[in-house]
Amino acid sequence: MIIPKLALRNLLGAGLRTWLNVVVLSFAFVVIIWTQGLYEGMNAQAERASVDAALGGGQYWQEKYDPLDVFSLEDAHAIVPDSLGAMIAANRATAILVVQGTLYPKGRIHPVMIKGIDPDQQLLSLPSHFLKTGEDRFPALIGSRMAKSTGLKVGDTVTMRWRDAHGTFDARDVEIVQVMKTIVPSIDQGQVWIPLDRLRILAGMEEEAGLVVVAQGALERPEAPGWVFRDLDFLLSDIKQLVRMKSAGAAILYFVLILLAMLAIFDTQVLSIFRRKKEMGTLMAFGFTRGRVIRLFTLEGALHGVLAAVVAALYGIPFLTWFARRGWALPEAMDSYGFAIGEKLFPVYSAGLVVATTLLVLVITTIVSFLPTRKIAKLKPTDALRGRMS
Amino acid sequence: MENSYLIETRDLVKTYPMGEHTIVALDKVNLKFEKAEFTGLVGPSGSGKTTLLNIIGSLDSPTSGSAVVMGRKVEGLSHKQASALRNHHIGFIFQTFNLLPVYTVFENVEFPLLLLDYSAAERRKMTMVALDWVGLADRTRSKPAQLSGGQSQRVAIARAVVKKPALILADEPTANLDAENSHHILQTMERLNRDLGTTFVFATHDEKVIDYLRRKITLFDGAVAKDERMEPQRPGGEKR
Repeated sequence: MIIPKLALRNLLGAGLRTWLNVVVLSFAFVVIIWTQGLYEGMNAQAERASVDAALGGGQYWQEKYDPLDVFSLEDAHAIVPDSLGAMIAANRATAILVVQGTLYPKGRIHPVMIKGIDPDQQLLSLPSHFLKTGEDRFPALIGSRMAKSTGLKVGDTVTMRWRDAHGTFDARDVEIVQVMKTIVPSIDQGQVWIPLDRLRILAGMEEEAGLVVVAQGALERPEAPGWVFRDLDFLLSDIKQLVRMKSAGAAILYFVLILLAMLAIFDTQVLSIFRRKKEMGTLMAFGFTRGRVIRLFTLEGALHGVLAAVVAALYGIPFLTWFARRGWALPEAMDSYGFAIGEKLFPVYSAGLVVATTLLVLVITTIVSFLPTRKIAKLKPTDALRGRMS
Repeated sequence: MENSYLIETRDLVKTYPMGEHTIVALDKVNLKFEKAEFTGLVGPSGSGKTTLLNIIGSLDSPTSGSAVVMGRKVEGLSHKQASALRNHHIGFIFQTFNLLPVYTVFENVEFPLLLLDYSAAERRKMTMVALDWVGLADRTRSKPAQLSGGQSQRVAIARAVVKKPALILADEPTANLDAENSHHILQTMERLNRDLGTTFVFATHDEKVIDYLRRKITLFDGAVAKDERMEPQRPGGEKR
């Protein structure tokens, strides 16, 4: 226990030099945890919103359904199997039919995906109940992004064209009954939602669907020949990958911050080893082995990381807690990120994030502290006492 | 008879390479030191005093010959064994005091005991006794920067004696002190030698130190020129 005790004593005794390093390093700690928390929050928020509004607890896809391949959509529909039909009847799933189509807002051509959904469904937060109108109206629901790009608003009528199951083009005027404000672009951008029954009839796809969304928490995964179950890991992989890419970009910031802090510590260690040679000689004269001197000086450097963690906790915990409660109001441009974030971003600081960041900084600090001390291994006690490096 | 002496050197040679040449720092030095001696190595700069002190203190090893310190051959000690010998049996006093600047007086004196696994209570007691010996029991919380040269050297002496080593090696202990402080320091060391039976070996060319010696070994060009037993002189010529 003597080495930790001496290291701490030396470190605190060094005064301002120690505290400057510690403050820089603690700043790196807080910024890394803060920005990583933002990305984790972004991820969590995007996942939660997507699950609530579009993905549910997973989806059964008709085997030809691929939302990224518009050419396959024509064939990506089939009669809902009995096993899934039973789940739909028990309100543990809801069917969605997807047909490619075109809108003609103000005479312009706007390619869209026409999606049929049961207006009575309550599995998704998508406000499908607005589609419950009389037979005399043909209701359509769009998102605010879609409304912005087409110039449509509630009450507008717009011509919608589609191709039915036999390849025949057909068209009808639909009425925009609601513009939903959603943070999930995948149910908004380029999408028009209409009642499932109406779409089935118009497209000649009675009893059919392209996908069946399973309720969150529903554990049964019945066999459905010709349908493939996609779990949330699969469905959220795009979001996760996007967040990973964006957080990788932030690594440059961490790298610069850590580099600055490590440079300060490395500098301090190198200076210490040159300035404190007599001290090393004295330690050796009193019976310290070279190994012990190396351990002492390495620990002194590494303790910068421990002190920085303590200092970071002192001002970082209140700051990060306040920030997590208050959230970060996002500019509208963030919509272009391409996934659900919302108007405010609430960071999430997981224990894993804090522990991993702390370990990372401590390990790097220890390595940086150790590197200059290797010179001590060659130090002769007599040279050290004279203040010379061998 | 080999181990009856505290220190014994036999044909001790130490050379240093200097470019293409070799400097002979010690040239076949044969010396024997008994327990409780108060001995000085004197001679001009470059005569080999500090080199001999370093080898006796196992801080350096001889080029040839042998130095037996408390029954251990210095030339055969590993780095760890040499550290252990210094740790347990040898105290050092340096010309420039070499106090650890961020430690208080108490912590500086306590330092050698930390390496010897004494309990906190024992350390405290022994440290206070050592500080009492040197008359600095009231300066425990001072930092070295707050002490005069004389006080700093007294702290260094307390640090050297705190673990009650068999041997204390002092390299020019009074070189940075004025006359009054030098006498004070030397009297302290003489008293410790008398009361504790600690062997003191000095490297010095300070006449004030020589007045206190009971044995004076004169080195010249790395060889023993004279080895004399002496009657110590009190300051002002007063006989002991």
